[in-house]
Amino acid sequence: MVLIKAHNRWVITATFGLALFLTVFPVAATLRWFRPEFITLLVIYWVLVMPQQFSLLHLWLLGCAVDLLVGSVLGQHSLALMVVTYICMLSYQRVRSYALWQQSAFVFLIIGLQQLVGNWVHSLSGSTPPSLVFLMPALVSALVWPFLSLYLDRLRLRLHVS
Amino acid sequence: MQAIKPLFTEGPSIASRVISLGAAALLLIILNVYTDALTPVRSVLGSLASPFYLLTDLPSRLLGWGQENVLSRDQLQEDNDALRAELLIHKRKQQQMASLAAENVRLRQLLNSAEMIKDRVLVAELVGVSPDPLTHRVVINKGRRHDVYLGQPLLDAEGLMGQVVEVNEFTSQVLLITDATHALPVQISRNGVRAVAEGIGDLYHLTLRHVSNTVDVRVGDLLVSSGLGQRFPEGYPVAEVTSVVNDPGQPFARVVARPKAYLNRSRHVLLVFGGKATDAGEL
Repeated sequence: MVLIKAHNRWVITATFGLALFLTVFPVAATLRWFRPEFITLLVIYWVLVMPQQFSLLHLWLLGCAVDLLVGSVLGQHSLALMVVTYICMLSYQRVRSYALWQQSAFVFLIIGLQQLVGNWVHSLSGSTPPSLVFLMPALVSALVWPFLSLYLDRLRLRLHVS
Repeated sequence: MQAIKPLFTEGPSIASRVISLGAAALLLIILNVYTDALTPVRSVLGSLASPFYLLTDLPSRLLGWGQENVLSRDQLQEDNDALRAELLIHKRKQQQMASLAAENVRLRQLLNSAEMIKDRVLVAELVGVSPDPLTHRVVINKGRRHDVYLGQPLLDAEGLMGQVVEVNEFTSQVLLITDATHALPVQISRNGVRAVAEGIGDLYHLTLRHVSNTVDVRVGDLLVSSGLGQRFPEGYPVAEVTSVVNDPGQPFARVVARPKAYLNRSRHVLLVFGGKATDAGEL
């Protein structure tokens, strides 16, 4: 049992490492709005799959790591991830049985909420709030969700992560 | 997969844990936005982020290496010719510069004003850009080890780019002049009118703040740094005025300028060691 858990941890950490890499991968300035929120997508996925095995403190620290990496206000992503995780932990039994497109809609809502938190912190530090374009990452993430979740399901089966 | 919710959970409930951690995050945010208490923590922990940026920079670096090393002879020769021609043009300009600089020194002596100080520069390379579309920040590959300091100005070949806002061990973060939270004092090189150029979160536009309708500013005017904020050295090109709208109904004219620096294209940049290091409190 302990071995299985250790194995799980490695796989999950590896996926998050890759997500961090993709989060800061440089793209053209105009394309930056179209980057999916990889970290949040992964958090949603793993919390839906194994809600009891996740330590909130670890996710909180992950949020801080993202903030340091991205250079945003320290605590911004932690706060957003707490909101996201809480909703996922309350509703995982229902969301698991949704069809993929319904899950996508769920993802859109959740990530939209996360962007809202980000926006709020941004306006605290004095930048002007943008137009509705701030929902673009949520939309792209929702479109990416079916592919990501199917792929991770297969990966999970192959690597025996459960 | 644990499908069944455990009946007897250990420790505090999820809600209370979320609330306490959320409150901790809020506290961090407030500390970060309203005080400088976290600046040293950030600059130490931020060093851990440098390898990530160097890693993400690897593909473009490899591509660049390939482009530089896998070249045909003809292409190299062509490049060489073009560079030689460019060098010649610059050398001619330099000749003029020498006499102009000498003249300038004489005139300054006549006016009894301080001599222009030659700025020392350090060539740095861009290794990353902020993934957040709302913040205009870049990461450069020079840090505390190379004596980079907070508030240090950054230039590219065309003009002013921004200032260092976070110094890590081997990298530093630079806030670009177009960021919505950035403003810098400038003057019009044609007539010396002073203004403040503000970023609006758009890579191609700056606006001039509080320019009254009667001020002499025209499309095409070059804005140079005025050195008044004690942050940027004097006389570096910042932007070119692209539109001036005088609306009698508004108290101020609306002046938009386009940054001279290639904020989203320059890879090789210059750090200027002009002024003195400022402590974090002034930022």
